[in-house]
Amino acid sequence: MIKVLFFAQVRELLDTPSLTLAAGQDTRNAGALRATLAARDELWARVMASERLLVAVNQTLSDWDAEIRDGDEVAFFPPMTGG
Amino acid sequence: MSREVNMSRELNMSAGGDGRQHGQDLIRVQQQDFSVADEYARLAGDAADGALVTFVGKVRDFNDGRTVTSLSLEHYPGMTEGVLERLVAQARARWPLGRVTVIHRVGTLALGEQIVFIGVSSAHRQAAFSACEYLIDFLKTQAPFWKLEADNHERRWVEARDRDQDAAGRWQE
Repeated sequence: MIKVLFFAQVRELLDTPSLTLAAGQDTRNAGALRATLAARDELWARVMASERLLVAVNQTLSDWDAEIRDGDEVAFFPPMTGG
Repeated sequence: MSREVNMSRELNMSAGGDGRQHGQDLIRVQQQDFSVADEYARLAGDAADGALVTFVGKVRDFNDGRTVTSLSLEHYPGMTEGVLERLVAQARARWPLGRVTVIHRVGTLALGEQIVFIGVSSAHRQAAFSACEYLIDFLKTQAPFWKLEADNHERRWVEARDRDQDAAGRWQE
């Protein structure tokens, strides 16, 4: 299984803090997972289409071609605004 | 929203002797406020360090021309601490540092409250100034914190600023 987390505005728009997905071809990398989530419905498509969307694989900020393996943790969120 | 109370990690806190080689790092993500005096005292404890630079970030009363009455901070527990540890390690690789403290608050904060503390001690002021600025510049763009502002009418997620990216970018060689 793959654990998927959402933070800040992304979590709020999707009304989803986390979900789990079976690992497979449609979750092979961060970009594929993004496309899989976007296919859920119009709202998910719009949020996942954001140019500002960032992704972390196993708690490390990653590119969209970053590989995802069974058991990984993937998080989607907007640009950070701490400090 | 996941909220961690007092998620503190104290790293390399072995006292005195030749433990200076890896220095002493204190990294905390917490809801409660911090005391600048207490943090200063910890940072100032090594007589070999002649320089000590601290930075405190506070909740200010306006942002992008709008009034702000309170701020909520969300973070990604686990990743936050990992990123802060890495940033401190990167700062140590660039400058000879003594003690380093990074404290960031989460949860709901009122106007004027302290948000973040960065403190760096070193034998020399240039290293302390530079490392302190480096840490806050990268914390803003790399550490997974998000601010939600509120005024009397509405709540609004704070937008990331290009100038923060530029500030972090100038450290690239």
